[in-house]
Amino acid sequence: MPGADKETDLSERIESFLSELKRCGSGAGSLRGSAETARETTALLRRITAQARWGNAGELMEIIRKEGRRMTAAQPSETTVGNMIRRVLKIIREEYARSRGSSEETDQQESLHKLLTSGGSSEDNFRQHFTHLKANVIEAINELLTELEGTTDNISMQALEHIHSNEVIMTIGRSRTVEAFLKDAARKRKFHVIVAECAPFCQGHEMATSLCKEDIETTVIPDAAIFAVMSRVNKVIIGTQTVLANGGLRAVNGTHTLALAAKHHSTPLIVCAPMFKLSPQVPDTPYNHTKLKSVDTILYIHILSKVNAHCPVFDYVPPELITLFISNIGGNAPSYIYRLMSELYHPEDHEL
Amino acid sequence: MADSDGRQVDGVNHATDKDVKLQEIALAKNEGKELTKEEKQRLRKEKKQHKKNKKDDKGPPEKEKEKEKASVPAPSKPATQSPAHKAAPAPVHASESAAAAEKPAKSKAELRAERRARQDSERTSKQGKKEGGQQSASSKPKATPNELQPVVKRLPEHVQVDDPAALKKLAKKLERQQVPLRSDYGYKVSLFSHLHQYSRKSPPTLQISIPATVIHPSIVRLGLQYSQGIIAGSNARSVALLHTFKQVIQDYSTPPNEELSRDLVNKLSPYISFLSQCRPLSASMGNAIKYIKKEISNIPSQCKEEEAKGKLQACIDSYINEKIILASEAISKYAIEKISDGDVILVYGCSSLVNHILCKAFEKQRKFRVIVVDSRPRLEGREALRRLVKKGIRCTYVLISALSYILPEVSKVFLGAHALLANGYVMSRVGTSQIALVAKAYNVPVLVCCETYKFCERVQTDSFVSNELDDPDDLIVTRNGKSHLENWQTVKSLGLLNLVYDVTPPDFVDLVITDLGMIPCTSVPVVLRVKNVDQ
Repeated sequence: MPGADKETDLSERIESFLSELKRCGSGAGSLRGSAETARETTALLRRITAQARWGNAGELMEIIRKEGRRMTAAQPSETTVGNMIRRVLKIIREEYARSRGSSEETDQQESLHKLLTSGGSSEDNFRQHFTHLKANVIEAINELLTELEGTTDNISMQALEHIHSNEVIMTIGRSRTVEAFLKDAARKRKFHVIVAECAPFCQGHEMATSLCKEDIETTVIPDAAIFAVMSRVNKVIIGTQTVLANGGLRAVNGTHTLALAAKHHSTPLIVCAPMFKLSPQVPDTPYNHTKLKSVDTILYIHILSKVNAHCPVFDYVPPELITLFISNIGGNAPSYIYRLMSELYHPEDHEL
Repeated sequence: MADSDGRQVDGVNHATDKDVKLQEIALAKNEGKELTKEEKQRLRKEKKQHKKNKKDDKGPPEKEKEKEKASVPAPSKPATQSPAHKAAPAPVHASESAAAAEKPAKSKAELRAERRARQDSERTSKQGKKEGGQQSASSKPKATPNELQPVVKRLPEHVQVDDPAALKKLAKKLERQQVPLRSDYGYKVSLFSHLHQYSRKSPPTLQISIPATVIHPSIVRLGLQYSQGIIAGSNARSVALLHTFKQVIQDYSTPPNEELSRDLVNKLSPYISFLSQCRPLSASMGNAIKYIKKEISNIPSQCKEEEAKGKLQACIDSYINEKIILASEAISKYAIEKISDGDVILVYGCSSLVNHILCKAFEKQRKFRVIVVDSRPRLEGREALRRLVKKGIRCTYVLISALSYILPEVSKVFLGAHALLANGYVMSRVGTSQIALVAKAYNVPVLVCCETYKFCERVQTDSFVSNELDDPDDLIVTRNGKSHLENWQTVKSLGLLNLVYDVTPPDFVDLVITDLGMIPCTSVPVVLRVKNVDQ
């Protein structure tokens, strides 16, 4: 039966996506960037919307939440998956509200008066059935996909506004967004880039060789020399894994040291992060901060058994150390991030 | 000596009677006697003669230049009173002559008048100084309480690589001393074009004949050990240097008609040039060499050779004992007071002194655990880890990028130092300033441990002007079978930077523990002054 086939086909895809996520986390599979993950998640959610059985918006949201919980459990550090799920949930809410005819403004206002009087009963509202809801939701998800495809280009277009000629720019590790950003600026301006290699995985080496292909003057330095050379650096431009709700970052190991050194020398710290990396998580859960990689990447000697070794993957950078966020919708200060977040996600979706 | 390093001489064989005369004049100067007018004139004439011989090779003699040069040595000689500053006249008049050549030519009469006026003023000031009492001839010029020392110091060669004139001067000097010149390797980052960058794959001994005749074989071995990184670490290098000098003194025999006190110092110069070609001298090595040279020149001339040699070896032994071994005992005693039970101590890299302190504290039954922070490409922390684990101390190991992760657990940071500069900055292995910065941000106390023989009169505010560049190939690493930087030489616009040292500003350091006690970072010049007065 076609219905059953569709369902099995759908669950197969979900399963394969989950296993991909799990494998990437352990480092065995190919390393995929956040943008790819975001696109695949969104495509999968579109498929779920199209093929799964649901009668009204509430059921659809339940299905998506269930799958979303499984996906985030497969790879907790890959926050773009959760972010995309929350975006789609918000899209469903919006489309539902639009179909119902009520203006979006009044429904989303979170005044204290409303909270006290209405008493959180908006859940029941999603039980109504609309025939065009499916089409509308799928169209909105398509728009989201187009937005995702254009994020890197949107960010790189802003490069010339921030980089002047003969600058010395410092970066750490490997970020595809920053790479595109710098390459775009290099087409018109001449500047010098210093890349901190970010041991133990040394992704900085790849970044440096890639930048050199575009004839950008690049220097590779070991992590220990970050403070030593910082006095000659004009700007620090970094990418990040996640932007947290308070405007802080969860970024690659060593970024906090870089941020402190930049603060000490009063060098501006610019973070290039597309909007899909914005996550409603807050930094006070220590488990979420870091992920420990297996320590044989740093120590190979026989005394490993007598010694504790730590190899964290991520660092938390507080928002006071950051000067500017550059995203596909423009530049923002870290103090504005909470507002952007309220536009992207509905508060009830923060906990999946 | 006026005829060594300080002058541009073409070959080692010029008239020996001239040498003797010059030596006598120099001797007289050393003993503090006023140079008689005739001696001064003779000296001036000799210098002019040498300059003329050199100029004849180059082309038309520039009389104006010589006049300027002749006027300059006179005032500069009374100003520089010690053998250690004999090198100063050459660059002083080199720079002054360069300046003079640009100035419009002055008439001879004007120059003579100028010169006489200058000489008179110098002589009267010198008389005033001489009334102040006897000064030992070969000691460094002491800062008398009411007079500050004019700084006529020579800029070290190893930070003048971008100056072709300085490079030519070095090449000539090395040729004269028969020491091979080491060539730079690889693309240098533009910010550091004033420093050398050598490759470990091309050691400086490639051009030396075996057996080495000019350079003592144990010095050749020491140089190789330095350049390959077999001996690393400030204390280790100084101790190795001093032991090798003991060997050299043992094998030395005074040639006839020579004084041991002067000839031995001359013999040591090419050795020191060779060692600094292998690896630039550290501040501790510089201080040790100054001490030895002073001891050698203090040997009275009537001392017999065997006696003199024995005395020198005893001096060296006592220096090592006092300044290094006993100093580390004293520092450990002070530092152990600062370690309490339940402490979590963070150390960086492999400092012999800090390892010693921790081992001693462990023997005294203090309960603490250690976090060893390490960094690429040297990975010296593994050596420290090995030593501490052997003692039985509980250790944790992280790389420097994990510093923010591990620092909330830490209660104290102990750092070693390569040198302490006169403006309070701490010069140490690259990465130390980063650790001090992050520790300050987390409010963790930073204690630096350093012996007083590493204190140095230089001042520096950033890590660029005077540093050392290590082999850039060390940064290449192979991960998962791929090494991205393998062919970095072929990629234009790619540079690798492998710094060795960096300077930590004094506001990051809470306390410096030395053998004289526990002092704040800013008291370093006080200690230097006290040391100079003692000596």
